[in-house]
Amino acid sequence: MSGAIPESLLEQLGHQLSQVVGFIYPNEVETQWAILIVVYPYLTGIVAGAFILASLVKVFNVVEVQPIYRLALLTALAFMLVAGMPLQLHLGHPERAYEIFFTPQPTSAMAMFGFVYLWYLLGILLIEIWFEYRQQLVLMAQKSRGLMKGIYGALSLFSKDLSPEALAFDHRASKLITIIGIPSAFLLHGYVGFIFGSVKANPWWGSVLMPIVFLMSAIVSGIAMVMFLYILLSLVRNEKLDMRCLDKIGLFLLVAIIVDFALEALDYIHRLYQSEESIGILSELVSSRLFTSLVVVQLLLGMLLPLLILVLVRSVRFNEELRKLLYFTSSLLILLGIFSMRWNVVIGGQLYSKSFRGLMAYKMEITGIESLMTALALLALPFLILTVLFLLLPPRWMERNAPTAAH
Amino acid sequence: MKLPEQVTRLGIVIAAIVAVVLLLRFVILPASLFSARPHQMATVEREMAKPLRHAGVAACRECHEEEFQAKYAGKHRRIGCENCHGPSAAHASDENAEMPRKPREREDCLACHGFDTSRPNGFPQVDPQQHRPGKRCVSCHDGHDPVPPKTPTECSGCHGRIERTKALSKHAALPCADCHVVEEQHMTEPRSALPSKPGSREVCGRCHAPDATDAAASKATVDLASHGGTYVCWECHYAHLPEGRK
Amino acid sequence: MNKREFLQQVVAFLPAAGLLRMLPGTAEAKELVGAPANDYDPTRHWYGMGVDVDRCIGCNRCVEACKAENGVPDEPFYFRTWIERYSVRADGETTVECISTRPAQPEQAPPEDPAVVRTYFVPKLCNQCAHPPCVQVCPVGATFQTVDGVVLVDEKRCIGCRYCIQACPYGARYLNPITRTADKCTFCYHRITKGLLPACVEVCPTQARIFGDMKGRADRLVRFQRVNMISVLKPDLNTEPKVLYAHLDGEVR
Repeated sequence: MSGAIPESLLEQLGHQLSQVVGFIYPNEVETQWAILIVVYPYLTGIVAGAFILASLVKVFNVVEVQPIYRLALLTALAFMLVAGMPLQLHLGHPERAYEIFFTPQPTSAMAMFGFVYLWYLLGILLIEIWFEYRQQLVLMAQKSRGLMKGIYGALSLFSKDLSPEALAFDHRASKLITIIGIPSAFLLHGYVGFIFGSVKANPWWGSVLMPIVFLMSAIVSGIAMVMFLYILLSLVRNEKLDMRCLDKIGLFLLVAIIVDFALEALDYIHRLYQSEESIGILSELVSSRLFTSLVVVQLLLGMLLPLLILVLVRSVRFNEELRKLLYFTSSLLILLGIFSMRWNVVIGGQLYSKSFRGLMAYKMEITGIESLMTALALLALPFLILTVLFLLLPPRWMERNAPTAAH
Repeated sequence: MKLPEQVTRLGIVIAAIVAVVLLLRFVILPASLFSARPHQMATVEREMAKPLRHAGVAACRECHEEEFQAKYAGKHRRIGCENCHGPSAAHASDENAEMPRKPREREDCLACHGFDTSRPNGFPQVDPQQHRPGKRCVSCHDGHDPVPPKTPTECSGCHGRIERTKALSKHAALPCADCHVVEEQHMTEPRSALPSKPGSREVCGRCHAPDATDAAASKATVDLASHGGTYVCWECHYAHLPEGRK
Repeated sequence: MNKREFLQQVVAFLPAAGLLRMLPGTAEAKELVGAPANDYDPTRHWYGMGVDVDRCIGCNRCVEACKAENGVPDEPFYFRTWIERYSVRADGETTVECISTRPAQPEQAPPEDPAVVRTYFVPKLCNQCAHPPCVQVCPVGATFQTVDGVVLVDEKRCIGCRYCIQACPYGARYLNPITRTADKCTFCYHRITKGLLPACVEVCPTQARIFGDMKGRADRLVRFQRVNMISVLKPDLNTEPKVLYAHLDGEVR
């Protein structure tokens, strides 16, 4: 029987067993949800957050943020397309994944999430982007030849109407979808939080605050990603950046971080105050196995330092170049910090025993399916897709080719 | 209100996708694909059909009635055959296939009878380093009726740990029967006939009252009237080691 | 109905469908799965197990028998049942170790700690909960509870998402490295439905494990419940375990 068990797995488990401190249930030595399940909420979080940022333009009429509207939408789409991949790769039987849609159990948050994901991708994101880009797609179809004409024609569903009434309808439809999209985005990442938050067996996960904290950190990561991309793209393409837009994003990011920090602080204060049975082992977990990733990376580098920087930027009158640098640095730190937060929740919840008497370890494999290499590839893939999307659906095409029609 | 042309087109695409999905779900694909129930029932069948590896005592008994009766008379009567002989379902269906193991090595017996402090009080155990080290258990004990060559007459035969504890104490010379009344049935059905504990303070007072005649206890006398309320002595003092462990 | 009512119903559908299933007593919640028609009638049984902690001697024979009977991998990372040793000191400090993961050293008596006031072995296994959190979270219904009270896993449909393993408060589940599906104790379903005992009960030398049928008339488990004060593991989680412990110490998690 042993011959069929992969040697790398036995090695990993043997090593993890040797790292056990105290007592664990024997089956707990294996880390069930590993690096891929850390990547997955990270990606869906960025989707939800980027969309919320975009919604500020459409629904709350924050006109300063208009320049990044399309960037935010495309970012959401690029990350959305990749978000399902870590889940698929993680399964013991990926070829049976369709069963989640064929025989979903309504009591399972994971099953219901499959439908929420589909709804969000097909019912919100794609339709929103379609209405936003329809005018451009029609014009690009008109101006192209051969294969590209066919592609753009198909993407626009061969519609031709560019009358003011039709365009006005596009705007109204877009706004309506965004209005439906905001609670959908909340549902999307809230459900991911609920997948963890509903597990009563694991006190590190099972808390009422979990969906809220996940959602808030998703918004933070989404805004940070759009800010990061906006600055990066302006550098790469040597384009002028709209500082008013960037400052506004910075403000929303600051507010989001403060709310996120308050919620996470509330979670910790609540735990310490109530001092339930799990507090002993969880305190040991935080002070030993999770110290670097939680206190140093997530809290100090990923939250407090960017918070300070953003407050500084709003208080002191720095010049444009310095502000850009500070925004870039803080968004990068935040992205790192939110990734660390996902790690601390997912892996952290599996580093202590449900007997509350011991700690385990997780040794991430470098190569293989569930490995560092795969995780890095999945984290890089949205950027590749975004590049393709930018080539296919250039956000500034209207300004360059049909300036009078651009809104 | 006339719908704009693009909405009609989008509507057609969405309707087409929805129609295909509904068609597949309710018309084309078989209903069993969308229900977990038939698969769960198939799982129950599959599970019930899994092969047996342990035969169970009744199956062993069909051919090995003699051994069963020998075992039934002794202390191992309630132990399943396969505890010591290993899974024997293959042998039970074909006696020439896969002979069950014969537990003849020390470790086979020491797995249960090797001394371990967490084992319940009274469970017969030996110290492997002291009890005929190197010698196989089966050379003196028959696994089916493991009567020792010399049946212990002292309680220490089963209650070795208590004996070793008591041996270090001031009560070392006291026989167990001085304080505990033990019925005959305790030797065969220990849990059904537990030995008694002293019911009154006067039992300990035989030695520890101020007017007791035993010189050995003269340094540890108490006034029974005033010491310890109405508690019986052993409710506070551990009589097997009254000095307490260091 | 008007547009608003329709939308409200649609919006409420998804989570409501899930919540409805959780309400006790709804017809759907009671829908459990039974065996096909032959002479075994699962509706007449509701299986459970009794564990008398006072009797366990920590010989580990149950663990070996289970692995042999059910093809559990030999490696010390996968267990359907296991034994824990507890050593409690007078000040309340407790040390626990799992004796099933280490090779036995029968010639060497383990050291005695004079500070320990009580020490004992506790057998653990899947509790076959009446209200199983693992069944609740399975996205595809691959794990389910039978009419006779045993939680099984359909290894042909399990997608290996491991959510059930996360949801089990008792660490009873593992991912089988060969089939790459979730796996756990089945009370030796293939044995009990033929009137035999689970392998662990069959080999236990001291009757520390009692297998029985809560619907039985002259049944060992029913008597076990009559004469013993019964505890279950983690009662506050309301999983309603069907493994009933007698003489369970408060230190046991």
